[in-house]
Amino acid sequence: MQQQDKIRESMLKPSQASKRERHGKILSFAAISLIVIVVVAIFVFVATRGIATFTVDKGNLWDFFTKTTWNPGQTDKSGHPLIGALPMIVGSFAVTLLSAVVATPFAIAAAIYMVEISPRRGYKILQPVIELLVGIPSVVYGFVGLSLIVPFVRTHFGGTGFGILAGTMVLFVMILPTVTSMSVDALRAVPRYYREASLALGATRWQTIYKVVLRAAVPGIMTAVIFGMSRAFGEALAVQMVIGNATLLPQNLVSPSSTLTSILTMGMGNSVMGSVSNNALWSLALLLLLMSLLFNILIHRISKKGALH
Amino acid sequence: MNAKQSDKVATGVLYLMSGTIVAILALLLLYILWNGIPHISWHFLTAPAQSFEKGGGIGVQLFNSFYLLILSMLISTPISICAGIYLSEYAKPNRLTSIIRTSIEILSSLPSVVVGLFGFLVFAVQAGFGFSILSGALALTVFNLPLLTRNVEDSLQSVSFTQREAGLALGLSRWETVIHVILPEALPGIITGMILSAGRVFGEAAALIYTAGQSAPPLDFTNWNPFYIASPLNPMRPAETLAVHIWKINSEGIIPDAKAVSSGASAMLIIAVLLFNVLARYLGNKMYKKFTGV
Amino acid sequence: MKHIKLWLLAALSLFLLAGCQQQGAAITAVGSSALQPLVEAAGERYSAEHSGEFINVQGGGSGTGLSQIQSGAVDIGNSDLYAEEKKGIDAKKLVDHRVAVVGVVPIVNQAIPLDNLSMAQLRGIFSGQYTNWSQVGGPNIPIVIVNRASGSGTRVTFERWVMNNVPTKAAQEQDSTGMVRQIVATTPGAISYVAFPYVDKTVKTLKLDGVAPTDANVQTNKWVIWSYEHMYTKGAPKGLAKKFINYVMSDTVQQKIVTKLGYIAVNDMKVSRSLTGQVTKRAGQ
Repeated sequence: MQQQDKIRESMLKPSQASKRERHGKILSFAAISLIVIVVVAIFVFVATRGIATFTVDKGNLWDFFTKTTWNPGQTDKSGHPLIGALPMIVGSFAVTLLSAVVATPFAIAAAIYMVEISPRRGYKILQPVIELLVGIPSVVYGFVGLSLIVPFVRTHFGGTGFGILAGTMVLFVMILPTVTSMSVDALRAVPRYYREASLALGATRWQTIYKVVLRAAVPGIMTAVIFGMSRAFGEALAVQMVIGNATLLPQNLVSPSSTLTSILTMGMGNSVMGSVSNNALWSLALLLLLMSLLFNILIHRISKKGALH
Repeated sequence: MNAKQSDKVATGVLYLMSGTIVAILALLLLYILWNGIPHISWHFLTAPAQSFEKGGGIGVQLFNSFYLLILSMLISTPISICAGIYLSEYAKPNRLTSIIRTSIEILSSLPSVVVGLFGFLVFAVQAGFGFSILSGALALTVFNLPLLTRNVEDSLQSVSFTQREAGLALGLSRWETVIHVILPEALPGIITGMILSAGRVFGEAAALIYTAGQSAPPLDFTNWNPFYIASPLNPMRPAETLAVHIWKINSEGIIPDAKAVSSGASAMLIIAVLLFNVLARYLGNKMYKKFTGV
Repeated sequence: MKHIKLWLLAALSLFLLAGCQQQGAAITAVGSSALQPLVEAAGERYSAEHSGEFINVQGGGSGTGLSQIQSGAVDIGNSDLYAEEKKGIDAKKLVDHRVAVVGVVPIVNQAIPLDNLSMAQLRGIFSGQYTNWSQVGGPNIPIVIVNRASGSGTRVTFERWVMNNVPTKAAQEQDSTGMVRQIVATTPGAISYVAFPYVDKTVKTLKLDGVAPTDANVQTNKWVIWSYEHMYTKGAPKGLAKKFINYVMSDTVQQKIVTKLGYIAVNDMKVSRSLTGQVTKRAGQ
């Protein structure tokens, strides 16, 4: 009888395994919640300060997006602070889009080489170099840019050398490793039998790559491009050194201009917490945040449509 | 053009473009190493930095960089592994999950300046940690988490589904299957991701300027009591890292040999990342062999 | 699983460590990046002479220094500006310690053969009135203006004593003196301004109205573009902060470190200048 009770009890009680399962699930959920909480905290933190420019300091939201005079410490005739952020917005978009446009084909080509054409050589040479490059601090990129790219642009394209072109070139090199290594992951994730099926149908290697593998990897490559673009959009120190940081609308690719991040980093230390100038900088940070959110949503839509499945 | 010709042309173009990348990257690396290596000496690597005289070294900064890296990895690795497991194994394709994913992506695209200022106000000022290694490590964790989590998730996802079925068929719970079967299998991928993010952490300056600070008080390498203020292990001391040091001497430094110190430090940074990669790769392979019994 | 627990434990114990009291005394000075090397050097020397007492010095800019000292988050706030000159700072709560004087000088690219400009010409260049060096007696090269970030101490000093309320033309801005110097050194036709300690042979300094940018001319206010370097405390300084500020004001630091770094010792000034610009002869001179 007693024996039976014991068995009965052990059958009814949650097993050790299910207990562990529950603990594990809670633990992993706690970790993910922590990340979400941090994101929300940062968002709230940036938003409260960024919005204060418009609510507390009477900034005009329309001016922010359309005017070109950035001098938040001073006010115009009607008492609104001068917060025309258009030059920075244009500058940020220009460098981000241009560098992504230039870097993407190179990154995809390198990824194809590493995964489809010569995996062994790719793994031995390209991979370590790429991983190494991620570790180079942006300051170093900036200084290489300043000592090599800026004079190069000045002699070959005119102007002072500072501007969107120099910024694009530096960012191109900076985001290349990130986009490439993530594209590699995306291509590797394409199941082997896709390739086998295509080759069995008599397709050449290029046809297989172009019509099957690349199509299947579109969402992954898109993600890689997002990461690259968001890195370019958010990059501060390196761009700041080569773009010239003039809050003027870019006239051409070699006129000094500025990005949201370059003005943000430059101004932060020189303004006092809570003052108009400081809040205006947080508005730039908020815009930066919203833009990356928008990028993400946009590209998710595209990649969903482009997927093979 | 028929299929075979276009195949050849495409292959040629691919070779050319990959070659260009390798050339650009190699030139960049060579440029940094070429300029920097002549300045590296034993004295340079061990001596404390000078604030305005010639002949300073990077000893303290080098130590700080490693210590900060280890500390932030210690904090971010368990969190990101758990979070990655959740996303890969437990998350159902619903609204909540897509919110979670979006927030991770936002976090990963945050400019590091914003992370640094957030860290400054939250960790250094609100929590009272001041300019310290701890504040820096926490800021780096924030900076590091999204990439690591994503990487863990991807690595777990790439493990074949049959492995999970096998684990479940043996009567293991899902959690046990993940911990004992899937995670070891995914380990090399996770390690690679960790190397990549370790490199990022090692070279990060903007997030640290306002958290770990820009001063490196001389350390007393004979006193390893973590409570002593000049102890190398004290997590509450301010700690300028190598990347921050490069930034600082380039922007406001008035030491006469700033250029030499910064190129030497840049080269050292790259060498450190290189050594780190080699080591981590070696460990990754070893662990893979041990856990999977191959 | 085991590993995860171990990691968590390690991370947790670090947090606990963090909460504990640490041994030794330390104060933090934050702010002006121009003043940072001086305070750092003084701090190093101070720690060497007083074991167990540490001075942590952080940059971040004058704005950061003033807002941090105002909020009481640090012990000393370093600034290139009077607290009154910065919006959002309640200067009444802060105590000013003027620890050094620094001159600011216009610099140009080496290829510009000029070595003297009048104040009006300099103002004309930065306001955008002149756009080519030939308009001020130089060669036919377009003028490239490089500014410091708005709000930075050097720029405020320059604008106050040179621009005379004429607005500066929107142009390139750089965050740091090192960058400014490098850009001026490599860009044809570039002009900017830096503090005396940062002048080196890669760039060329200009005389203004025939006055040379020397320490002696600053001491008599003949060279007007200069400012005090301030260390602010919240209320009267206490404890280690007080001892350290006294140390910075002592002859050891003033005569050895301050002058060696290219700053001018406060005691060497023949005149003193108030917030409003009132110049008076210093007593005892």
